[in-house]
Amino acid sequence: MSATVDRDLALHLEALRKERGDTVKVDEIGDIVRSLLTTLSGDLSAGDLKLYQEVEGLAVYIHKAKAEIAALRPHDIQQEYIASATDELDAIVGATETATNEILDAAEKLEELTPELTPEQGAKLMDTTTRIFEACNFQDITGQRITKVVKALKHIEERVEGLVAAFGPEFQEQLANTIAAQSPAGSSTITDQDLLNGPQMPEKAHDQAAIDALFND
Amino acid sequence: MSVDKNMHILIVDDYKTMLRIIRNLLRQLGFVNIDEATDGAMALSMMRGGGNYGLVISDWNMEPMTGLQLLREVRSDAKLKATPFIMVTAESKSENVIAAKEAGVSNYIVKPFNAETLKVKMVSVLGDF
Repeated sequence: MSATVDRDLALHLEALRKERGDTVKVDEIGDIVRSLLTTLSGDLSAGDLKLYQEVEGLAVYIHKAKAEIAALRPHDIQQEYIASATDELDAIVGATETATNEILDAAEKLEELTPELTPEQGAKLMDTTTRIFEACNFQDITGQRITKVVKALKHIEERVEGLVAAFGPEFQEQLANTIAAQSPAGSSTITDQDLLNGPQMPEKAHDQAAIDALFND
Repeated sequence: MSVDKNMHILIVDDYKTMLRIIRNLLRQLGFVNIDEATDGAMALSMMRGGGNYGLVISDWNMEPMTGLQLLREVRSDAKLKATPFIMVTAESKSENVIAAKEAGVSNYIVKPFNAETLKVKMVSVLGDF
């Protein structure tokens, strides 16, 4: 790059720094690059131009990436999918713990029958209950594995939140527009796909009495 | 010397289901005096409170005090340091085993485990029963 271009570029960058500070919003990168290209004067080499084209291309790429991220609806990832996944995993831990304790209750009750049996029968019964106790180990292991997955999901959630925050309020606005565009008002038709929700969380689920009431309504 | 099956055993785990499983397996092995703690700090308090335990069987991954921290506390306490201590944990990396050995663990059982493994490790620590 020539000395004239270097000086002009330095002056322009200094002016930008005074005007905008050291931190430039992603949205403004394209404007800045264009501004630099239009105001630069002097002996621009082919290499300089190539460099500026690359920088402008980068700005365009960032804009496109932002639009694509907005289309992914990161708020949905945060507030719906991840929140729902962690709730479901917590429910799995709770349900397996309850089931395991039921199994242990039953095994302990079986053991209480030992005095009523012959020593041989009692030994066989104890072998069986021992195997039940051993098998119930799974609950601790699955619980720990699920806790690790929940931690990983929460980490992703924090990263998505950080990404949305880093893009600033303009991005949030763009996001809101995307969501509005993808959710047309009055769209209330329930499709077959909408009916495939799997088991509900206990606090949201209907019990059999409620189902009977709906069915008989 | 045979093992006194009336000795007091302290089992430590933050999963109550696991405490129940270990208690049942110990009972089937003939041990009846079993106390439970749900983390290292509670266990240490029970030990320092005069529990006089002949064996501690502890999980590793607990809050606020882990099994490893409990082990270090026990080994650095003049009154408690001779207490046999078996770690029962899902932590199976070699660095975990090395760290536990360096801290003075008596034996190490990886979850999930069976009754036979528990018995074998107890025999290696306490002697035959």
